[in-house]
Amino acid sequence: MSITHAIEVIGLVKKYGSKTAVDGIDLKVETGEIFALLGPNGAGKTTTVEILEGYRKASGGQVRVLGFDPATKGSAGQRWRNRIGIVLQSTTDAADLSVIETISHYANYYENPRDVEQVIDEVGLREKINAKARELSGGQRRRLDVALGIIGSPEILFLDEPTTGFDPEARRSFWELIRTLKAEGKTILLTTHYLDEAQELADRVGVINNGKIIEIGTPQTLGGRNTALAKVSWLENGKQQVIETKDPTTEVIRLNQRFNGEIPELEVARPNLEEIYLKMIGELK
Amino acid sequence: MKFLGETLRIGILRSGLELKQFLRQRESVVFTLFFPVILLFIFGTVFKDTIAPGVTFSQYFVAGMIASGLVNTGFQQLAITIPMERDDGTLKRLRGTPMSVSSYFIGKALLVTFLMIIQTALLLFFGSVVFDLNLPTQASLWWNFTWLVVLGSACSTVLGIAFSVVPKSGRGASAVVSPIVIILQFFSGVFFVFTSLPNWMQQFAAIFPLKWLTQGMRSVFLPEEFATQEVAGNWELGKTALVISVWLVLGLIFAIKSFKWSRE
Repeated sequence: MSITHAIEVIGLVKKYGSKTAVDGIDLKVETGEIFALLGPNGAGKTTTVEILEGYRKASGGQVRVLGFDPATKGSAGQRWRNRIGIVLQSTTDAADLSVIETISHYANYYENPRDVEQVIDEVGLREKINAKARELSGGQRRRLDVALGIIGSPEILFLDEPTTGFDPEARRSFWELIRTLKAEGKTILLTTHYLDEAQELADRVGVINNGKIIEIGTPQTLGGRNTALAKVSWLENGKQQVIETKDPTTEVIRLNQRFNGEIPELEVARPNLEEIYLKMIGELK
Repeated sequence: MKFLGETLRIGILRSGLELKQFLRQRESVVFTLFFPVILLFIFGTVFKDTIAPGVTFSQYFVAGMIASGLVNTGFQQLAITIPMERDDGTLKRLRGTPMSVSSYFIGKALLVTFLMIIQTALLLFFGSVVFDLNLPTQASLWWNFTWLVVLGSACSTVLGIAFSVVPKSGRGASAVVSPIVIILQFFSGVFFVFTSLPNWMQQFAAIFPLKWLTQGMRSVFLPEEFATQEVAGNWELGKTALVISVWLVLGLIFAIKSFKWSRE
């Protein structure tokens, strides 16, 4: 049985003059999956996503989104845009139009638009339906962006740093919205520089830095987190002692016997996802 | 055919949306629609001299103002608002939808047409009521007026779209565009009687469409005999049509080739 890939990228390269922004990326995203591209600012996330969305041309490599080359021009490219939804990084357009005016208008562009009222309920803007976009809070504005992204009932939704600048509560309720969309069977490609966001939402995470994918895995196994060695540290002879072990319990019992009781300044730690991530992108040695 | 119909339908829908947005921005309404009317009042009130038998400067000025109204609603308005739409993400969002580029341009063209009709009507109304502008009675003059408006506003629209790639940002756009328009107005015989301008200025202005549009409008609104006061001693309507058409075609080619959806 063959797996259908919503997105397939082989050896993607993007150069701006002599600068290489994307340096040979391979990527497969399955239908119905939430895939997060995680990386620091300037890692190449947005460039990669904008190539997938058809905004930029690749310098090399192969890109297929729903089996289609996004760089295709003309009416074929237009028809393909019926099947994708894009939520760009923060925008301020349509400031003088109301929520309902904007969403209803964009519904006209698509062959099979969704019901406008239903989309408004789904993104939670019922109470702001007649508010102008300029009057919305950051979180509400983002919900409007998502509404415009899904109004055409796309098969794939691209979300570029959707929660940048959100307060924790707005972020949590935004995550709920994304989970609802996944439950509807949409494929979602998300870029973020927030680790917790990738961990909360993604089925799989690709860590990207300096234009290269460093690793792809589930949030649980990323960076060998599940098998990483634990650090056991204690004070002995006036000095901090540290050992790394895969059996920290055994080690602690051994130390307990050696000290014949309490172990001075005992600490047992496993690396958390953040440490693993920072190590991967070279911020932490 | 279905595709064309759809493109046109979306274009019409876009023009409605554009107009709604335009009318909700008070500055743009005042700046684009009423500024020429305000100028008309100032100049018409201050300069009451007679420049030829039966022709006052205010009549001369109204004809020029109707011509430059086409430049305001088309060229100036588009060359300022399109860079703003490029900055605020409007264009990028549209690019990511199945909407065709042509629909976007149709929407803009219809918006300009609508604004132009309002502005021309305002200028004609105040011009004839307050400043003794003689509305033509001959059908042939109204015909000239119609083709001048249609050709002039089409030219103004495509040049506005073409010029929209020049301003580096939306915020700086009006600082780049407005001086060009104002200088052209001075050189083209809107604020002064064209034949009283220095020769080099006249020749420079003759390269651009505004000079020809103002002259064409004078042919509609000033007495027949005034033609002898023009540079060539007649209205040069054929040459006017030619110059504006050349700019229209060049502007159209450039607009299509150079249009940018985002800043980079």
